[in-house]
Amino acid sequence: MVALTPISRKPVSFYVPVAAAAGAVAGLFVGTANGSGFLGIIIGAITMAALAFLLTQIIKNEKIGRWGTVIAFAIIGFFMAGIPAMLIGAAFGWFFGWFSFWLYEGRYRSKIEPYLTPAQVLWHFTFRVICGSIFIFLITPILVIMPLSFNAENFFTFTPEMLSFDPDGYSLKHYRDFFTSSDWQGAVWNSIKIAPAATFLSVSFGTLAAIGLSQPHVPFRRAIMAILISPMIVPLIISAAGMYFFYSRVGLQGTYVGVVLAHAALGIPFVIITVTATLVGFDRSLTRAAANMGANPVTTFFRVQMPLILPGVISGGLFAFITSFDEVVVVLFVGSAGQKTLPWQMFIGLREQISPTILAVATMLVGISICLLTVVELLRRRSERLRGMSPG
Amino acid sequence: MSDVNNSTTALEAERAEKEYSGPMLAADGTPLKRSLNKALRRQKLSALLLIAPLLIFVMVTFIAPIADMLFRSVENQIVSDTLPRTTTALEDWDAESGEIPQASVYKALYQDIFIAQERKLHTRLGSRLNYELTGASSLFRKSGRGVDDIGEVYQDQFENLNAFWKSGENWNEVLGSDAWLSDIKGWKENSGTPQPEFEMRDGIAEIFPQTASYYTIFADFVQNEDEDNLYEEDPWSLIYSVFYDDLTGDTASSIANYSGPGAAEIAEAAAAASSFETVEYKTAFAEIDKDWVATPIWETIRAYSPDFTNGYFLNSVDMQKSADGPEFRPENQRIYGTLFLRTLFMSMCITLSCILLGYPIGWILANLPARTANLLMILVLLPFWTSLLVRTSAWKVMLQQQGVVNDTLVWLGVVADDSRLALINNQTGTIIAMTHILLPFMILPLYSVMKTVPPSYLRAAKSLGATNWTAFWRVYFPQSVPGIGAGSILVFILSIGYYITPEIVGGTTGTFISNRIAYHISSSLNWGLAAALGAILLAVVLGLYYAYDKIVGIDNVKLGG
Repeated sequence: MVALTPISRKPVSFYVPVAAAAGAVAGLFVGTANGSGFLGIIIGAITMAALAFLLTQIIKNEKIGRWGTVIAFAIIGFFMAGIPAMLIGAAFGWFFGWFSFWLYEGRYRSKIEPYLTPAQVLWHFTFRVICGSIFIFLITPILVIMPLSFNAENFFTFTPEMLSFDPDGYSLKHYRDFFTSSDWQGAVWNSIKIAPAATFLSVSFGTLAAIGLSQPHVPFRRAIMAILISPMIVPLIISAAGMYFFYSRVGLQGTYVGVVLAHAALGIPFVIITVTATLVGFDRSLTRAAANMGANPVTTFFRVQMPLILPGVISGGLFAFITSFDEVVVVLFVGSAGQKTLPWQMFIGLREQISPTILAVATMLVGISICLLTVVELLRRRSERLRGMSPG
Repeated sequence: MSDVNNSTTALEAERAEKEYSGPMLAADGTPLKRSLNKALRRQKLSALLLIAPLLIFVMVTFIAPIADMLFRSVENQIVSDTLPRTTTALEDWDAESGEIPQASVYKALYQDIFIAQERKLHTRLGSRLNYELTGASSLFRKSGRGVDDIGEVYQDQFENLNAFWKSGENWNEVLGSDAWLSDIKGWKENSGTPQPEFEMRDGIAEIFPQTASYYTIFADFVQNEDEDNLYEEDPWSLIYSVFYDDLTGDTASSIANYSGPGAAEIAEAAAAASSFETVEYKTAFAEIDKDWVATPIWETIRAYSPDFTNGYFLNSVDMQKSADGPEFRPENQRIYGTLFLRTLFMSMCITLSCILLGYPIGWILANLPARTANLLMILVLLPFWTSLLVRTSAWKVMLQQQGVVNDTLVWLGVVADDSRLALINNQTGTIIAMTHILLPFMILPLYSVMKTVPPSYLRAAKSLGATNWTAFWRVYFPQSVPGIGAGSILVFILSIGYYITPEIVGGTTGTFISNRIAYHISSSLNWGLAAALGAILLAVVLGLYYAYDKIVGIDNVKLGG
């Protein structure tokens, strides 16, 4: 949305109290942290009201005003509790500088519809704040483990040295542990051996079946689809239990082949779903045209159909790969010590010996997930573009 | 889309032109209808051929294991396999009389337990019956040790009578056929060739029917399970007791006709047998353990003697078998009902909190400009793509007593340092962590539904005089219900069967039924009960899966936006 509402400066009677209210909230936290919540509210409210008035009515120059606030708050924070508080103070200063001018200039109105009542405007921004906190809830756990994995101590929590940004508080110790421990290296190696084999099986079978399923006349299509998707729906513990019983009957329990077969079965629904989704937009007259020009079915498949559905096949493969790579319940039952994979090792680590090496591994896995996510997103867009579904 | 439609319409046009009468013919002269049917059949067949490899693969690697699990939940051959004679003898016993079974049952029990303890199967049966009757495990272990003493009464008397009966060679000479005897004597244990299979001498089975049948079992055990040289193996003490039975039983009169090897020793034994000290099996078992002369163990054996049982299912709904049909267990032994209810309750909590948190996110993603929405989408997709164990370990780090959340709250002064919140190893921990883990599964369907709701509807409602709330509740919300339905079912299905996260952050009060299943598979080894619990869980999930298929359609599952 573009700026569609003309904005104007607001009177002091509006923005100073609002800034005071925000200051009171911030003051409550700072106050309770330092002993007295009530005092915090009063001081916060007064400071922020004064600041808002000072910035907008006396200094007036926005740039100088905002930078000044940041620096002033950072200095206050530093004298209160050292470097971490300085950073927090600077962030506070930046926020309140921006907030005062945002209110004063009436910028908050600029991107929303002109006819909204003040209550609706208030709700609009409250809603944004709610959504923001949910996004924070979603992403914080993943962000928190990253700095913790550089902990110099064997703790799962931030040490005072880490909080004061003392270099001694950080180390690559846990990463060293990971790369030198034979347990972890063996687990990585097992995962690398199992996941690609399982992916290969599910992609090759899955792609063929997806092509079959997207033909116009497939008898029992619904039933077949329900069976093929079921590994995704049936709770993993049930799949694991069934496979454990059955594979020990036929002698596959505790073997590499058994784990690969089990993981391939779990990955199949993902391949089916992504590839059939790609095939929905596939123009079947292309294959007829190819056949018309004398290509046999195999040539048609590899030269015409495959390049067009390749993005779907690859992202299905990535899903299957990550399913196998992340899977722990089934391998726990179907595998034996010889097939101990990375997630299995992590699971043991979490249940028995608590060691931050897990966090180092987790950080690296997050890196891998980011790469996979990027690849899948790029592929999805490419596939949509190929099928002419979106202009992007 | 299809060839068939195209050619049909083309031909219809042609027909209108020519007004041709009679069956429509294709280019090659066959009637069009048949030709089209043939083409359709070929298409169907080729589609099925493409699907077949995967279908077979899934059937073998996935459906068969599930079927096997379902089978195990009712399978109960162990009792009748291990105690075949006892279960047959018990059929005549009147369980409701309150009396202990007649003597023949104890004799059958002796023979069964003797064979079972040689095969080391009695402890397995003991632990199986222990699931139904506490104490059965130790009872069977004790009895396995005790049955040797019972048999030795006869063995000693035979051996004292004549040293002939001491050695396995003599028994084999008497019972084995001549051809087998010459084979086994010529066989060398380390020659690499298999041991010649035991063969009964002709006529023995008629004169000594029981000895013959038990000796066959013995021979089979020694040759195939123990892999020892049968010829040198001394027989079980069980053989002596059944030999005694044969000497004094119905066929005793025909012993005089026997003229094979050892005829003299047999005649001597037959003459002496009548004066042998006999064994009262019932008293002998009563000496091993007085539980054998009480009814509960017999009721249990009888109740579980059929090959299939509903016992595991009864167990998993806190019921048990009793003389007058299934009944509820005593109040203090009921655990699975609570566990199922807790699983359902927590899954519902998780689903609700996912709706509460997912709805605003779905809304804002659907209503923001595409570029911003795509950026924010990454915040949703990144957790989705991150390993489950990474997220679970993150929550373990966050929620601990000394964890990040508690530290922050203490620093802010919200809670006191000595009264840190217990956020982990209880239901709160499981619900928080699983809400986070399953939230993307709620947001993605919600988002895809909300994106299709035109924003102008809401504006139209407002311009017609609706308040904010009315416009949302009466116009927008009903259109987003399919998304809520799809997301909720998905989240509910996934959460009800979760294992890893409750195991790590759930402690003892925050665990699900799946944790119990895993416990029965790997720790208590009560596989039948695990299978029955799994079957119930599976039924619930499949019911929801069916609903999901009806409401959303299984083809419409979206992955990663």
